[in-house]
Amino acid sequence: MSTIAVSFGSWLIDRFSGFIDFIYMNPVFSLLAFIIILSALLVVSLKNIFHCALFLILALFGVAGIYILLHAEFLAAVQVLIYVGAISILIIFAIMLTSQLASEKIKQSNEQVWVALVVCLGFLLITLGSLLRSTWNVVEAPLPADNIRTLGKLIMTDFVLPFEVVSVVLLAALIGAVVLARREGA
Amino acid sequence: MYQYLALAGILFAIGIFGVLTRRNAIGILMSLELMFNAVNINLVAFNKYINPGDLTGQIFAVFIVVIAAAEAVVGLAIVLLLYRNWKGIDIDHINIMKW
Repeated sequence: MSTIAVSFGSWLIDRFSGFIDFIYMNPVFSLLAFIIILSALLVVSLKNIFHCALFLILALFGVAGIYILLHAEFLAAVQVLIYVGAISILIIFAIMLTSQLASEKIKQSNEQVWVALVVCLGFLLITLGSLLRSTWNVVEAPLPADNIRTLGKLIMTDFVLPFEVVSVVLLAALIGAVVLARREGA
Repeated sequence: MYQYLALAGILFAIGIFGVLTRRNAIGILMSLELMFNAVNINLVAFNKYINPGDLTGQIFAVFIVVIAAAEAVVGLAIVLLLYRNWKGIDIDHINIMKW
């Protein structure tokens, strides 16, 4: 029994020192991941919905930093412009328009917290387990140097049909939002 | 590459937790945005490490951002409508579409 405990302890210390090494090797990624995960946890757990929206903005900024680490500069700019600049403001607007629901006295989570915790921990176990067991043939080649120019060319040539379809989707969302939010008979 | 995928998995799990437990419809929408971001991190990481020759994954991620914006607009319009008609957005009480 004690040998099992000792070997488990050494395994744990091994993992922990590997973790410390990883943080030492990738300081920027670790910092961003810490910010993202912490603020995401606060988004789903805080009582005041307005604070949740503010932490959502922080998490979205962190994801923009991850995009820059992955050499997706255009996507980082899009993230800041659309998510932080548009969607978050829209969410804060909606919170303010429904303001008396944002007080701390209202219970913000329903009674299935433990079931949800089990479900998402199971999901995490399955995904991380399969991630550690699978191998990919990673290609160590750089991305195209002029990232944004290549992206624009691809959108205008190979992906022009999805581009047009998505603009129609945006138009439909615009009209749909106007029709939904308009007062009856006004 | 594994660290990016692990981060995306954790973020997605947190989003699932939020969607399942929130009472407030706006809280559910915010958790959905977290899940969209997890998917986007996955796409961009796979694009960089598996298929760096072209930028297909990044284009897919851009389209997902656009769809997420459309979803947020329509979702928040529905939330405002619910608030106006039910005097509340607690989705546990809004069940007229349950059969």
